[in-house]
Amino acid sequence: MDHTAIVSVLFASPLLGFLINGIRRNHHSANVAGAIGSLAVFISFVCSILLWIDLQGMAPDARRIHVVYGSWMAIESLKIDFGFWIDQLSSLMILIITGVGFLIHLFSVGYMSHDKGVAKYFSYLNFFIFNMLVLVLGDSLVTLFVGWEGVGLASYLLIGFWFTDGEKAAAGMKAFIVNRIGDAAFLIGMFIFFVSFGTLNIQELNSMAPTIMESTWFGIVTLGTLFLFGGATGKSAQIPLYIWLPDAMAGPTPVSALIHAATMVTAGVYMIVRLNPLFIAAPNTMMVIAVIGALTVVLAASIGIAQNDIKKVLAYSTVSQLGYMFLACGVGAFTTAFFHLMTHAFFKALMFLGSGSVIHGMEGEQDIRKMGGLKKYLPWTHLTFMMGWLAIIGTPGFSGFFSKDEILWMSFHSPRGHWALWVLGVIGATMTAFYMTRLMCLTFWGKSRVAKTLHPHESPATMLIPLFVLAALSVVGGYVGIPHIISEILPGHPANILEHWFQPIIKTVPGLVAGDPAMEWGLMGASVALALISTILAYQLYVKNPSAIERFTQKINPIYQLVSKKYLVDELYFGFIVNPIVRLSENLWAYIDVRFIDKCTYWAGDLMKGSGSFVRSLQNGNLQTYAMYIGIGLVVALSLVMMR
Amino acid sequence: MINADFIVDVGISHYLILSAILFSLGMIGVLLRKNAIVMLMSIELMLNAVNLSFITFSKYNSHIDGQIMVFFVMTIAAAEAAVGLALIVSIFKRYKEVNIRFFEHLKG
Repeated sequence: MDHTAIVSVLFASPLLGFLINGIRRNHHSANVAGAIGSLAVFISFVCSILLWIDLQGMAPDARRIHVVYGSWMAIESLKIDFGFWIDQLSSLMILIITGVGFLIHLFSVGYMSHDKGVAKYFSYLNFFIFNMLVLVLGDSLVTLFVGWEGVGLASYLLIGFWFTDGEKAAAGMKAFIVNRIGDAAFLIGMFIFFVSFGTLNIQELNSMAPTIMESTWFGIVTLGTLFLFGGATGKSAQIPLYIWLPDAMAGPTPVSALIHAATMVTAGVYMIVRLNPLFIAAPNTMMVIAVIGALTVVLAASIGIAQNDIKKVLAYSTVSQLGYMFLACGVGAFTTAFFHLMTHAFFKALMFLGSGSVIHGMEGEQDIRKMGGLKKYLPWTHLTFMMGWLAIIGTPGFSGFFSKDEILWMSFHSPRGHWALWVLGVIGATMTAFYMTRLMCLTFWGKSRVAKTLHPHESPATMLIPLFVLAALSVVGGYVGIPHIISEILPGHPANILEHWFQPIIKTVPGLVAGDPAMEWGLMGASVALALISTILAYQLYVKNPSAIERFTQKINPIYQLVSKKYLVDELYFGFIVNPIVRLSENLWAYIDVRFIDKCTYWAGDLMKGSGSFVRSLQNGNLQTYAMYIGIGLVVALSLVMMR
Repeated sequence: MINADFIVDVGISHYLILSAILFSLGMIGVLLRKNAIVMLMSIELMLNAVNLSFITFSKYNSHIDGQIMVFFVMTIAAAEAAVGLALIVSIFKRYKEVNIRFFEHLKG
């Protein structure tokens, strides 16, 4: 098959699934709707594999497929095509999206089986997959932006899926509005690039990236990339716009796994990796990205420690892990950023689906204080969740270990890195180990705190199979990107496949030299040791000695309250930004609109009405009055004629 | 202008003044009366006032055209009276009254 046909099927399949399930949205059968939705994504997955195999057959420097369906708009020098670009980066990304997406569709069949709106649900999911493909494959920033907005819409619809609950509907709106702020920045970034480079085609932009680093803050490339990064902070939930993601957990759990952990929220990272030559040319932007990423890592991880909702813990964990990806981007380790994106997609999707399985088994209960000892009731969920836990805390040999330690090493070693970034990263990793172990302890281990009336049960096979596949990927997914120093001690010296694969399209920052192996081993040992200590500490506190942690939180109650209330960031935003704007608008309404603009229009209206009321009285519908007018008119006309 | 001659010698201005008076009376009747039959009568009066002036000018100009015209006017007056009375009868059947304001109900 030629490439155009494959790409057409790739796009058409989820779009058709969306339309079919959308038309039959009032049907309640989860199996039929799920079969349509899952099959649509599976076809896309097969197409992605075919494209990937085709890329394999090409020369490493010429691995690209460019499909153009026609011109979208051509105004003066602005030329945008319906063009899609498949290369090393986007082919892997669509594999993750359709592959993980398919597993999550499969999981949803069981999870949503009791829901009346299941057809609508699957149509939204397919709509999301379609837009995500547009985002990833679009060959210009405008096409990318179309997908970017499309996934935002799908996210809004799915967060507010149970919109009869006002709080959930509000969460959807919050996500949408916060993303709007980021999108505005993204648009400005696009404008800057169009004005200065005259094109929005991603490949052309990348080839035009200056080779001389821009050292000022107000250079074209620095400003443009900063604004694009502003867009990424919205979509990928970084400081200061991360606040929507934890609330987004109001949606169905598989949605959290697909959109708010594995795929959509990584769009910002993907965009930066996609435009890496431009970002490399702007060291100041990269510094901002690294600092914001590192701060987000620590902030989100610390909030995660004090959350009691199983999904909220995972949500803050996602924000924190996204911070790692941005940290990697910021220090110029784009391959590593993508590597972490991939492993995170596996283990975080796994953990979200695992939490979905727990919530399903607990009949909707999400509070981990009311769980405990679930290992006995949900053995398979526990086993798979444990794989995700081992991966995220960075257990050597699991996928998360390879990607996270590579990020930490690069943040220390890269010419754009700094030891402070490494310290923040390690603090984040230590906290990650703590809150994830806490989550494991409170949910699966220790004494059961489950209400007597509740009988937790294991999930059906359609929900367990995705868990098994993702668990396997979480364990072995890291072996495509083994860091060099580890591969040297492994038998057969396996190469870093991912780095090799990305080598033609991802540039490295200038001045990057080979690192000192002893140093790298030392730092790796330090971070693993710290994570291990905090894991043991968490285990001791939450399983062996639960009263100690209670006493401890009592002692530091003010700090504990602050953390568990998420540092009052939402309240700060409301106090300093949202409410003043609302008050300003109210005043504008009450004084400018009502007292001035309305007055003016009323006055003009009254004038017209007054002048009209006189003329209106002449035309009263009375026949004789009209005859009188004719008579008077005749007399006047005749007397004028006679007096002349 | 009004002197003994004027009263004794009846000429063209007498006829025309009479005609104008009759026409004005008819017009006032049409404008002010509410009874449809009286209004119809007033219209007849106006038509006949016009007829009078036609005949006057015909006589003084020694020209037959004005008198021919009068026949036409009388024919039309007869037709008009027929139509008008028919309308008045149907209005009366409906409202038991022939006030002109009921004619407003005829509009679509």
